[in-house]
Amino acid sequence: MNWVLANLELIRELTVQHLGFSLPPLLIGLLIALPLGWLANRTRTGRTVLINLAGLLFTIPSLALFVLLPIVLGTQILNPVNVIVALTIYTVALLVRTVADALAAVPQVVVNAATAMGFSPLRRFLAVELPMAVPVIVAGLRVAAVSAISLVTVGSVIGFGGLGRMFTDGFQRDIPQEITVGIVLVLALALAVDGLLLVFGRVLTPWARLRETAGSTA
Amino acid sequence: MIEFRAVTKRFPDGTTAVDRLDLVAGAGRITVFVGPSGCGKTTSLRMVNRMIEPTSGSILVDGTDIASRDPAQLRRGIGYVIQQSGLFPHRTIVDNVATVPMLLGWNKRRARARAVELMELVGLTPELAKRYPAQLSGGQQQRVGVARALAADPPVLLMDEPFSAVDPVVRTSLQDELLRLQSELGKTVVFVTHDIDEAVKLGDKVAVFRTGGVLAQYDEPGVLLSRPADGFVDSFVGRDRGYRGLSFVSSDGLPIGEVVTVRVGQPGPAEVWTLVVDEERRPLGWFDGRSAGGGPVDADDLVPGGSLYDTGSGSLRAALDAALSSPSGRGVAVDDEGRVLGSIGADDVLRALADARRAGAAV
Repeated sequence: MNWVLANLELIRELTVQHLGFSLPPLLIGLLIALPLGWLANRTRTGRTVLINLAGLLFTIPSLALFVLLPIVLGTQILNPVNVIVALTIYTVALLVRTVADALAAVPQVVVNAATAMGFSPLRRFLAVELPMAVPVIVAGLRVAAVSAISLVTVGSVIGFGGLGRMFTDGFQRDIPQEITVGIVLVLALALAVDGLLLVFGRVLTPWARLRETAGSTA
Repeated sequence: MIEFRAVTKRFPDGTTAVDRLDLVAGAGRITVFVGPSGCGKTTSLRMVNRMIEPTSGSILVDGTDIASRDPAQLRRGIGYVIQQSGLFPHRTIVDNVATVPMLLGWNKRRARARAVELMELVGLTPELAKRYPAQLSGGQQQRVGVARALAADPPVLLMDEPFSAVDPVVRTSLQDELLRLQSELGKTVVFVTHDIDEAVKLGDKVAVFRTGGVLAQYDEPGVLLSRPADGFVDSFVGRDRGYRGLSFVSSDGLPIGEVVTVRVGQPGPAEVWTLVVDEERRPLGWFDGRSAGGGPVDADDLVPGGSLYDTGSGSLRAALDAALSSPSGRGVAVDDEGRVLGSIGADDVLRALADARRAGAAV
């Protein structure tokens, strides 16, 4: 505990940094994955190509990506953009499939009804298909969030900030307390973001938990 | 008015769903498309709002070729009701009903006010407005579907097997409700079903399709039952068509005979059937004079009566059924208030039918 009390300022700074590395990629990744998932859902070939490509991206080792990106992007090795881009790639890789599946799960009868009411395709997507896909997309976003928060720690190995710094630093300077607190904080952060997304999803979709009662009230 | 002019639909796999369909669905009338699965009835319906495009031929709605209209614009002017209601599960009932007014650019307050009006019109209480579709029964969901289709007051209403997924009791009440609505609103309705009884009940005219998308017969329901165009229509129309056809023959001029009535507690005539009535002359049941042997009529001795023939809204079918289902062999004829007017026999009905035929009725 002594170490913690003596280093509260450092811990706060690393936590903020950690969130700064992990949250923007989630948002950017989601915004990229939405049109890609929609595209994947349009044609069978589109789906095969996009989803396999996404799967392939996710298999690139994160450490390799952190090292390779500066070369590709022409950035300095410790430029935070590298982390943001790398984690965005993973988020997109995870979410393209989720978005495509979520849109495919919207009942065709509802989509057809919307078309027959006179929705234009774009308006139908925004007003009917996307809202109905929210529960599944949020579930995918929770996985992506936990994944991003844990992957940020890998960046610390090559010198980025974030809570992972407490692992490397604690290991080099032999402070077990620092390592333990780092692990606990990463876990807590992941759980907190996961919980927030869960609540957010429920607030957005009050109708989703009614589904099981459908027909039973006849 | 909806006009099909030589409309053909062939799908890419080579099947012909609709084959040179020529048909006019009259303005303000209910036109029913009926036939076995794969007969093209649903395809024909969906071509009216351009959910499916014809391969050749043209469709006119109120004189305008729909091919010249923007599909989304066209659809906002055509109500559409489908099986399983197709409601938006993520929207409340009031917002589901307000869908088309919102698409037409009404402000939210006006669209919702209109939606609540429509809910009342189709028999839904306003308390359901804030619920989600999953919280409603199948019959209620179907009513919401009808309200949603009518919200922007479109002149044309397309109904694609709207009542086939609900149980028979609910289906009957939804059918009656539709007929009541139609008598108030006078929409041009095209209704698709595979159920010939539903077709005959609802349709002002019925189009029977055969597999391969060929129109087999297009006539009023009474004509369909009495003069099927060919063996296919005959077999599709099904059993008892002679009996069911009587629904479409008016019972005007059917002579109503005498009936002996008695009240509970009065002495019952021996050896004959006597109709037992209450103070208002409403029938309670029959008293069998042969088994009772002349004592006063006891409420426990009553034999339940058959169906009643309401002379106000009567058809020959109701009259014949009253006669056939009565234990005495005489059907009970009542007025609008349910008071006994007299009785009828099956032979009277058959004579009236013969007279109607001589007078040229399509029976």
